[in-house]
Amino acid sequence: MNKNIKFVQGNEACVEGAIYAGIDFFAGYPITPSTEIAELLSRRLPQKGGKFVQMEDEIASVCAILGASLTGHKVMTATSGPGFSLKQEAIGYACMAEIPCVIVNVQRGGPSTGNPTHVGQGDINQARWGTHGDHSIIALTASNHQDVFEMTIEAFNLAETYRTPVILLFDEAVGHMREKLVIPEKNEIPIVNRLRTALKKGVDYHPYLPREDGRLPMSDFGGDHRYNVTGLLHDMWGFPSNDPKVVKGLLHHLNDKISNNIHRITRYKEHYLEDAEYILISYGSSARTAIHIAKNRRARNEKLGVLELQSLWPFPKEMVREKCRNAKAVLVVEMNMGQVLAQVKACIDRPETVFLANRIDGELITPSDVKSILRVIQGRGV
Amino acid sequence: MQAKQYIRERFFPHMWCAGCGHGIVLNSLLRAVDQLGLDKNNVVMVSGIGCSARISGYVDFHSLHTIHGRALAFAAGVKFSKPELKLIVPMGDGDALAIGGNHFIHAARRNMDITAIVMNNRIYGMTGGQFSPLTGVDKNTSTTPFSNIDNSFDTVELATAAGATFVARTTTYHVLEMTALLKKAIEHKGFSVIEILSQCPTQYGRKNKEGDAPAMLDHFREMTAKADSEKIKKNPGLISRGIFVDRSDKPEYCEQYEKIIQKAQKAIKGKQ
Repeated sequence: MNKNIKFVQGNEACVEGAIYAGIDFFAGYPITPSTEIAELLSRRLPQKGGKFVQMEDEIASVCAILGASLTGHKVMTATSGPGFSLKQEAIGYACMAEIPCVIVNVQRGGPSTGNPTHVGQGDINQARWGTHGDHSIIALTASNHQDVFEMTIEAFNLAETYRTPVILLFDEAVGHMREKLVIPEKNEIPIVNRLRTALKKGVDYHPYLPREDGRLPMSDFGGDHRYNVTGLLHDMWGFPSNDPKVVKGLLHHLNDKISNNIHRITRYKEHYLEDAEYILISYGSSARTAIHIAKNRRARNEKLGVLELQSLWPFPKEMVREKCRNAKAVLVVEMNMGQVLAQVKACIDRPETVFLANRIDGELITPSDVKSILRVIQGRGV
Repeated sequence: MQAKQYIRERFFPHMWCAGCGHGIVLNSLLRAVDQLGLDKNNVVMVSGIGCSARISGYVDFHSLHTIHGRALAFAAGVKFSKPELKLIVPMGDGDALAIGGNHFIHAARRNMDITAIVMNNRIYGMTGGQFSPLTGVDKNTSTTPFSNIDNSFDTVELATAAGATFVARTTTYHVLEMTALLKKAIEHKGFSVIEILSQCPTQYGRKNKEGDAPAMLDHFREMTAKADSEKIKKNPGLISRGIFVDRSDKPEYCEQYEKIIQKAQKAIKGKQ
């Protein structure tokens, strides 16, 4: 036991996770409440021979990491609400060109400039549909620093596995709160590295032809295989095409590679969930409130549990439906106007038993905010 | 030179109109790369969106056809992550200086070793002939039906003021000069900008009654002169061609960052 124990901010836990996962390139732009990630990496990356660059704006930052990913590097950028909006076109490009990358959004109150120094969870739907067109995306979240660390590693692993952008949807409370983080020894958590083609020089390499298992081996820019990368719909060589068969095939591939693997991508935690009659579904910092309530209620033998979501996209419909099958009622605890609520209602058998406990005023949702709704649902008066 | 050695025949025929100047730029560029003896595996061509941007797909280098205006930001990521690569970034006038204007000036300021080619046909050709920041006052375009009141940038002055360490201008009429300048721009250590006036007979030429492609090329000969030549001194209204900036006093960004890495690693060792 020679564990490295730290007392850190959530943003720092994210940086530690990225370093553990093997990040070697970061481009960013200052924005509250994610700036600490850029500050810390400006120090840590050159120490390990990696590269940090502060670009001229949010758009340039995401574009720069995509360029760096194509030369074979593990890349990340970090931002918050307004910056996340600005990055959307390039996120769509990364989906289309299948470029592995990690984009952190430490959520603050929105819309627009909103409530920059306060917590919010209003970017859940934007993470899914912020960029135009039918596309797939993976989005992960976490409620405590150990999980921020682990989900950051997961984000890098999933980005490499599925050649896709992965969004890390943290929030201001988790990002700025300080708590304990235990950094595991090297190799304790598996790391997925870039899958590169084994094709030799001179053999025709198809950058966009999936293998039987759906994965697409890459070739680094600067290597022996010279190919075209484009945001246009394209064939297996990366050449633009508007052949209806090619267009349809590519759109199916881009979406299916994620939706067919939803069981492999889904991440969640159960807290007192077994035999629970009332289930709180939550994620991020609001999950901490939900877990606190469940712990207290269990002490009073009340059958109440928490399903903590750690992957929000693709939304784990089957899993949520299964876990809530026997619940009398489901209460979604979140800090927006019901973005995950809508997903839960859409996937479970009796949507009329799903309720919302939320807070949207920039303050962390408290146990009493949730308990007052719970009283009504449980028929214990208003 | 065997042009076929540098192009992807699978990608042809190209999508440019008959008479377009961009094919001439492609020709001169390939000659420059050939004469410099660059290894194709070491060249990355990054482009944005527009007629000009399609050039990257036609060449047998590593090619990255990105989103509108952002080619230089993508190129910065490629170059900074793998500094041994040669970055060539062809852009149109709208791509480089309207939607991409911020990246253009900051790339010049940062001085990363990238060659930016502004293929200036003074119009948004692909979308049907709208005015760009280089169109010029009183010109006709599809979004200035009563003539243009939008002032223009001067690409050379803008690049110079923003800190580019190599700045040049030529036209598609002056093909040998173009090859010579492209060679110098590519060889230059630092951010180099070369503006190439390129004819768009389909949109700009037609709307401004400048005639067909040969007439527009002829016009490039008449309206330009070599910088510091007798001709330009006598006719200050002409556009000057040649090299305007060629300096080596400003350090290249990637090389500077190597020093940052050394400093950072020394600081760690000091602590241990």
